Amino acid sequence: MIKESTLNATAANQSFKIDSGDYLITKIEADKTFRIVDLEGNQAADTLFYNANDPSERYSATDTIREQGNVYLSTGSQLRSNENNVMIDLVADTCGRHDTLGGACATESNTVRYDLEKRCMHACRDSWMLAIVENPEYALSKRDISHNINFFMNVPVTEAGGLTFEDGISAPGKYVEMIAKIDIIILISNCPQLNNPCNGYNPTPIELLVWNS
Amino acid sequence: MKRYQTIIPAASHWSLRVRRGTQITLTDLEGGANVGMVFYNPENLLERYNAPDTLKGQHTFKLTKGHCLYSDMGRIFASIIEDTVGWHETVNGNTHASHIEAKWGRRDYQTDRNSWMQNGHDAMLVEMAKYGLTKADITANLNLFSRVGTDTSGNMSLIEGNSTAGASITLRFEMDTLVILHTCPHPLSNAKSYPQKPISMVLEKAAPVAEDDFCKSLRPENERGFTNNALYYFGQEA
Repeated sequence: MIKESTLNATAANQSFKIDSGDYLITKIEADKTFRIVDLEGNQAADTLFYNANDPSERYSATDTIREQGNVYLSTGSQLRSNENNVMIDLVADTCGRHDTLGGACATESNTVRYDLEKRCMHACRDSWMLAIVENPEYALSKRDISHNINFFMNVPVTEAGGLTFEDGISAPGKYVEMIAKIDIIILISNCPQLNNPCNGYNPTPIELLVWNS
Repeated sequence: MKRYQTIIPAASHWSLRVRRGTQITLTDLEGGANVGMVFYNPENLLERYNAPDTLKGQHTFKLTKGHCLYSDMGRIFASIIEDTVGWHETVNGNTHASHIEAKWGRRDYQTDRNSWMQNGHDAMLVEMAKYGLTKADITANLNLFSRVGTDTSGNMSLIEGNSTAGASITLRFEMDTLVILHTCPHPLSNAKSYPQKPISMVLEKAAPVAEDDFCKSLRPENERGFTNNALYYFGQEA
């Protein structure tokens, strides 16, 4: 459901620009509001969340969609953990819906999906691997890389049981806004995929804004 | 041993390192069964079943005959070589103790002994812990025999009557695979009482994968998945 935020971007306490093909990892304390902005449109933001005080509790796509009874994420969605606890409330969304079934791109899955010779193209899971080795203070390892949210990505599921990656429904400046219910770690890969329309074949920057209350 | 046959009772869990080139046939004995299942590579437990890669790689939300079940490393743990059910789902996860209690009451060993109302989450964690896996290693599981459909708005519902007595699925293992499974109810089940649904299991040698194998030929993605498996076993006889 489309819902605009009342918060002013210029009043944000923190802002992070995530360049094309780059990652961001940071902590966000409970009760803070944060927004991911699709600056130039049609970009996928592959995002994972962890309980900052116990990273073995993390965002769970299955628990989230089962409890809300719907496969898409939008305003009103509660993002749940692998212990079925609410971690985050999704409070505003100018895009309309977001995917959490498609997972992230990986060099290995690219070989299956596109061509065996595409194995060396940059991919989200490689960004996450770099993130966890460059930031040991978060104590994350490969076992912690689970199923993510693809903000701004369009993966329609049909009644007949089909699932496809379609052109994005996002546009420049569209955003999704959330409130952390617990202290969280956010890990975003700004998707570098060049083989499908998830980012319009043109990876562009995204932005994370954080308000203190 | 040439063939192994057993029955996994309802509300139970089980695991085995299943060898490449063998197959497991699961049969729903009474109708309405659910089997929660997940795979890890016993040589590297960090490689595990990946539901998103399985679905997007084959452009499908449902799983049935011909589909391959992929790891996060672009390899195929198992192929669905036979299926009389028609639709298995992999996006609803497990029941938690809280679901069971809200629907049917608390798990109570004192009263129910081994027919206790076990939940899928705990069942899976018990089996996982036997191999050093923790809750950090939880990954989206299969719910075999269960169909979850969506409407045009994405609303999900469990379709009753999807699996009838005698319905079966056969998984052929394309890699050595740590198989973990449980027979706890599907998390969307609204049955009046806790579904006590046993399954039968047959483990046997699989026929060699032919050049024109149905699963391998289903999609070009699967051809490439089989090539990735061949590379993993490069230097070993198939």
